[in-house]
Amino acid sequence: MRVPELTVPTRLARLLGRLPATPPAWLLVTSLNQLVKRGVLPADMELLAERRFEVRLVDAGVSLRFAADSRRFLLDRQPGEPDLRLSANVADFARMMLREEDPDTLFFNRKLSIEGDTELGLIVKNLLDSVDWHETPLARFMAS
Amino acid sequence: MILPELVCPAGSLPALKAAVDNGADTVYFGLKNDTNARNFAGLNFDDKSARAGIDYARARGRKVLMAINTYAQGGNVSRWHRAIDEAADLGVDAVILADLGLMDYAVRRHPELRLHLSVQGSATNYEAVNLARELFGIRRAVLPRVLTLDQVRHVIEHTDVEIEVFGFGSLCVMVEGRCLLSSYATGESPNTHGVCSPAKHVRWEHGEASLDARLGGVLIDQYGKDEPAGYPTLCKGRFAVQGDTYYALEEPTSLNVMAMLPQIIDIGVAAIKVEGRQRSPAYVSQVTRTLRAALDAAGREAQRFSVRPAWQQELGRLSEGQQQTLGAYNRPWK
Ligand code: SF4
Repeated sequence: MRVPELTVPTRLARLLGRLPATPPAWLLVTSLNQLVKRGVLPADMELLAERRFEVRLVDAGVSLRFAADSRRFLLDRQPGEPDLRLSANVADFARMMLREEDPDTLFFNRKLSIEGDTELGLIVKNLLDSVDWHETPLARFMAS
Repeated sequence: MILPELVCPAGSLPALKAAVDNGADTVYFGLKNDTNARNFAGLNFDDKSARAGIDYARARGRKVLMAINTYAQGGNVSRWHRAIDEAADLGVDAVILADLGLMDYAVRRHPELRLHLSVQGSATNYEAVNLARELFGIRRAVLPRVLTLDQVRHVIEHTDVEIEVFGFGSLCVMVEGRCLLSSYATGESPNTHGVCSPAKHVRWEHGEASLDARLGGVLIDQYGKDEPAGYPTLCKGRFAVQGDTYYALEEPTSLNVMAMLPQIIDIGVAAIKVEGRQRSPAYVSQVTRTLRAALDAAGREAQRFSVRPAWQQELGRLSEGQQQTLGAYNRPWK
């Protein structure tokens, strides 16, 4: 299964952009914490603690902001710049997560942008790469 | 006909599995510290993942190499010695070493351990390769990406050490092991810290019209909107030289030897290496699958072999700056 070449239509994006971003951000934070707890996400939280992140879904017009302390991920409600901002279209994020596409490839092709602390970006990328999805129910969705 | 081994990179356990599943004969990895030349935060293996990876590869009849390819730094040599001890303990098929002192240690401590001379060891001629064999009994040498195909042939004809060459990946244009460029902007370079252009010195700045790459504060490139980008290394920066601003050393590009596979097989290359332990499992799958298909086809078709457009396209997408080159292999120089 490949992620189709789609972007979120502008009209829908305008709508999404107006909805509060907290519920999706909350969903993201909760899922991340679940993965950490079950040992699927081998996160060294010390490396992420006190850092603030933003995932920007460009075509959907949605920004998800979250932070971390030394034990878990949290919602980030503070104003101001995050330490790391990753921006891409929804389909490209999906490709990255499903291992159809390498983040460096997306970056070379200017489909992924990284702003802020580049080393933190590398830590996050390498963290996602080291997840062994074989061990989770998500395995059947992953590209081989 | 014996095909060269396809040697693929693993920066994580999922990448290792991806390489094995997609047809690598051999995978190589490093530990989570500065004893290898891809010392990036969050990358590489600890004891547990290394054991799991070796088991996975062995169960499928593949080989595993461990890279300990930086130079031991004064006062801290024990960390490198421990890495060699660990390689022996894990039972890897070979270690890839650059430092002569470490080779000596490996031979004395673990005479059964098979040694490969790393590209960082910078042996560009058969005299150097044969000397390393006499002194340490190395079984294979990885040649830097600066030799022409004729020069590679010349080395192979004059040694019984197996010769490994680079087949695909980001191009490092120096005679590896001799490049300190990264030090000028960051104080750290591959041989000393296991990393070229360390991430903590890199900043991507999004301006109105361009994406600016800064290394250690130094502006090294500006990409226009939608212009393909590359890694922020000094060798691939754009510099103002005598009133002209251009890629004075090398462009963002990747090496791809696919078109030369029949000749590479013909001259007796023992192994073809894929660069990219810093990249994701997706890259490892795509490159391994494509090169496996190409190598098998080259073995079958010999001189009738031609590169399929689909392969070229797949590898093109994965390349730095979306550009590919045959590098030094087909340069006319001698
Ligand atoms: S600066 Fe370029 S040539 Fe030098 S080590 Fe880095 S990638 Fe290689």
